[in-house]
Amino acid sequence: MSQTTPVTGSGSDAAGHAEKQGSVALYIWIGAILAVLTFVEVAVYLIDAFEAVEVPILIILSTVKLFLVVMYFMHLKMDHRALTWLFLSGVVLAVFMVSALVVLYHVLPRFA
Amino acid sequence: MAQAVAASAHDAHDPHATNTGVSNFKLGFWVFLASECLFFGTLISTYMVYKGSALEGPYPAELFDIIKTTISTTVLLFSSLAMVLALHYVHEARKNLAILWLFAVIAMGGTFLVMEYFSYIKYIGYGLTIGSSTFGSSYFVLTGTHKAHVAVGMIWMAILAWRLHKGKIPPSKSDQVEVAGLYWHFVDIIWIVIFTLVYLIP
Repeated sequence: MSQTTPVTGSGSDAAGHAEKQGSVALYIWIGAILAVLTFVEVAVYLIDAFEAVEVPILIILSTVKLFLVVMYFMHLKMDHRALTWLFLSGVVLAVFMVSALVVLYHVLPRFA
Repeated sequence: MAQAVAASAHDAHDPHATNTGVSNFKLGFWVFLASECLFFGTLISTYMVYKGSALEGPYPAELFDIIKTTISTTVLLFSSLAMVLALHYVHEARKNLAILWLFAVIAMGGTFLVMEYFSYIKYIGYGLTIGSSTFGSSYFVLTGTHKAHVAVGMIWMAILAWRLHKGKIPPSKSDQVEVAGLYWHFVDIIWIVIFTLVYLIP
């Protein structure tokens, strides 16, 4: 076996990634979609007609942006499934913590 | 027997082999990123808890320039595109293009930091400092920590560009660039969350 022949580990990871990575066109499309979603967010913020549904729309749009970056730019869509679960565990705990504190400090006092 | 010999030879050449095919370096970095989610989660929680509770101004609505922040946000988003293109060209062993895109990442990260620096100067001019109110404290700690991450990422990209230039990162070691990319994209997604929760949601 030659020293440069990848079997597993970082060597095979790079070789495998070269096969699994997206194309330049895909990355440019994702970048364009992210920019458009950002401008849509700002439009929702600036246009008064969206005031009633502003918060849920903004949260959905930013979640979509986050999902696109994680899945395509960070390659979780093409990488080992364990990495998705690993990262998701941190995200879920963080979202739970932020949500719980917002409910505790901003929602529950309204009913007190 | 043959398998044992192959395994032995393999161990001798690749001490970081894993049965998932994911390098320990990359796996460890994903664990770090999961912990960073909780780190920023605490800072965002603090900001959200204190949101609207400041007794003295200036208040967020008086300060934030959404158009300028949108421009800096878009610049940071495009820096993520530049980062993924740099990694793409490292995989294709096109060193010069990879270095070019790494410099684009550094330039866009720098642009983001300069724009945010002028925002800070403006806020301080209006009387908002880290000690002026609960809003000031939680805002500057949250966004300042994020900017520190951006600065660290820029230094990391500069080191990678130098190592690429010196030929020390062949395609077989592209996980060095990939992990740096994971860090940069993570910094980007944290800003996506901050932009929405701090600047856009009233």
